[in-house]
Amino acid sequence: MGNPLDFASMSGDPTKFDVIIAGGGLAGLPLALALAQGGFQVAVVDVLDPAVDVDPEFDGRVSSIAEASLRMLGGLGVAQHMQEHLQPINDIVVTDGRPGETAAPLFLHFDHTEIGNVPLGAMVENRHLRVALRKALANSEGVTLMAPDRIVSFDVAPSHVSVTLGSGILLEGALLVGADGRRSQIRQQSDIQTVGWSYGQSGIVTTVEHALPHDGVAQEYFLPSGPFAVLPMVGNRSSLVWTEETELADALLGLDDEGFAAECAKRFGPYLGEMKPVGPRWSYPLSLQLARDYVRPRIALVGDAAHGIHPLAGQGLNLGLRDVAALADVLVDAQRVGLDIGALVTLHRYERWRRFDNVSLAVACDGLNRLFSNDVTPIRLLRDMGLGLVNRIGPARRLFMRLAGGGVGDLPRLMKGEPL
Amino acid sequence: MIDGAQSQTSSVDEDEIARFSAMAAEWWDPAGKFAPLHKFNPTRLAFVRDQVVNHFGLDSAKTAPFEGLSLLDIGCGGGLLSEPMTRLGASVIGADAGEANIKTASVHASEQGLDIDYRVTTAEDLAASGAQFDVILNMEVIEHVADRDGFLVSCSQMLKPGGILFCATLNRSLKAFGLAIVGAEYILRWLPRGTHDWNKFITPAELFRSIERTGLKVTQETGVTYNPLSDRWSLSTDMGVNYMMVATKPKPAA
Repeated sequence: MGNPLDFASMSGDPTKFDVIIAGGGLAGLPLALALAQGGFQVAVVDVLDPAVDVDPEFDGRVSSIAEASLRMLGGLGVAQHMQEHLQPINDIVVTDGRPGETAAPLFLHFDHTEIGNVPLGAMVENRHLRVALRKALANSEGVTLMAPDRIVSFDVAPSHVSVTLGSGILLEGALLVGADGRRSQIRQQSDIQTVGWSYGQSGIVTTVEHALPHDGVAQEYFLPSGPFAVLPMVGNRSSLVWTEETELADALLGLDDEGFAAECAKRFGPYLGEMKPVGPRWSYPLSLQLARDYVRPRIALVGDAAHGIHPLAGQGLNLGLRDVAALADVLVDAQRVGLDIGALVTLHRYERWRRFDNVSLAVACDGLNRLFSNDVTPIRLLRDMGLGLVNRIGPARRLFMRLAGGGVGDLPRLMKGEPL
Repeated sequence: MIDGAQSQTSSVDEDEIARFSAMAAEWWDPAGKFAPLHKFNPTRLAFVRDQVVNHFGLDSAKTAPFEGLSLLDIGCGGGLLSEPMTRLGASVIGADAGEANIKTASVHASEQGLDIDYRVTTAEDLAASGAQFDVILNMEVIEHVADRDGFLVSCSQMLKPGGILFCATLNRSLKAFGLAIVGAEYILRWLPRGTHDWNKFITPAELFRSIERTGLKVTQETGVTYNPLSDRWSLSTDMGVNYMMVATKPKPAA
């Protein structure tokens, strides 16, 4: 990793890379590692100081990592730096319920022993993932991290894209990738429109300690206000991902620890024994936002810049990693046969490959959220029956599990555990 | 006087460049007129790369494994093969009888910063000039050529001993008639009507004989098939429609 100040390009010639990545987050850094592995010279520009975003106060979220994603992170030299922070998910239990009531009699149960005794995935705290990504980056050649710095402007020419950074550094690349999140600057300045809506819901995230072990079971309760998930973390700890209407969420955030604990207990019952919230609480507004296009000449979008979905299925990170793996596949293949990696003919392959998958999952999560976020009795009865039906039909249940494990569809090489 | 003539020339050039730049944009538009060629391109490029790397024992891990090889792309069109071959390191001459194609390809290559020697010429004239190459690409061309045997003789003359020739074309089969003409030109409208004349299509057996008559040795042949579900081309043993043939020129006995 170079120090931006080492660059003598403050005003003179631009420093040349194959690919410039805007955003050094959970999509940008895996992409940088994958492309470096594929032989590319990569620059990553991130606004955050690398010392800040691994602070536990910075991001309290946890991510579920599907089996295929874990395989990919292993191949990129990331997983080995966070082994002790991975909590395997052995079972997922989905329940329909209302606060203060016992769970609906019909519920959905995903047991990993049904698909060959491999875990359904693992939970990891985002900050541990960030630290692991940084460690992998330090061991990787071909990636230059420029942070904290920001992209002031970029200009797409027929043969390259020029990027000007806030520090005055000039970069030039064959391709600029927007891995810069929901409010992607690269997307907006490339005039790529989005479709979507706000859910009027916020996701509250916090960590609780509990007396009894969770046995690696993830619980998802569909409450009228939105899904409420209890996700196992390492030790006797769980992460609560709690969806509420935004107004109520704000009120909940304002409660003292005791009041907050009482509200939690009302929702997920006594099965983990006595519990208490630990650490800070965060809230994130939820919205669905899909980019109409993923590519422009010399521009590509990955991760949340291309698609922000409802977090109820915990698939945001996995979708981003699938984008990364597919883009790496396409770019390596193009470079191998001498094709221009920034040309539309190349980038269209990536867009075709990813858009279908991403839109399907976004629509599925949106539909599930709408179906479950209401309290009308007939609808509640219907969805209880629906869950019960899926539970009884083995093949459907196993398909759901494989979907959640990320092992379905046309997988990029990195996700199959193959070299680029 | 000289100044006047120069400025006139340059203004004409600017108009021309704008026109050919627009044509180049059309050639390189993945959803445009040449979309089928772009879909087909990665498959045939990968085939050429692997064959050339194997034949000359090159280092396939390098980004530009073709460094040091001279390559002729006959019927280069907008440069869909010439540009990748240049990026792979070959020093490339792109030849096409159509002046518009050559100007289009030249404008695009200079926009890309690629150094390619594009020429309005024919295989016969180039051969007569004594040009010699390590690799000759003769892709989707032979079915458009009037004198097929004469054309292949010229190609063979231009191939250095130990060199390798690629020939890609369409089989004269009922299936090819159905897919390449009725399907691609009339139903899918991938290609303008009249792009292909079925009578000029050539069977693998005929091409094999024509190539070997020139003294080259056919070393490899493969079909290329399209899967409409995945919208992708791949190599296949089915030579019923599209196929490629590879030939090498034996080195004289020492």
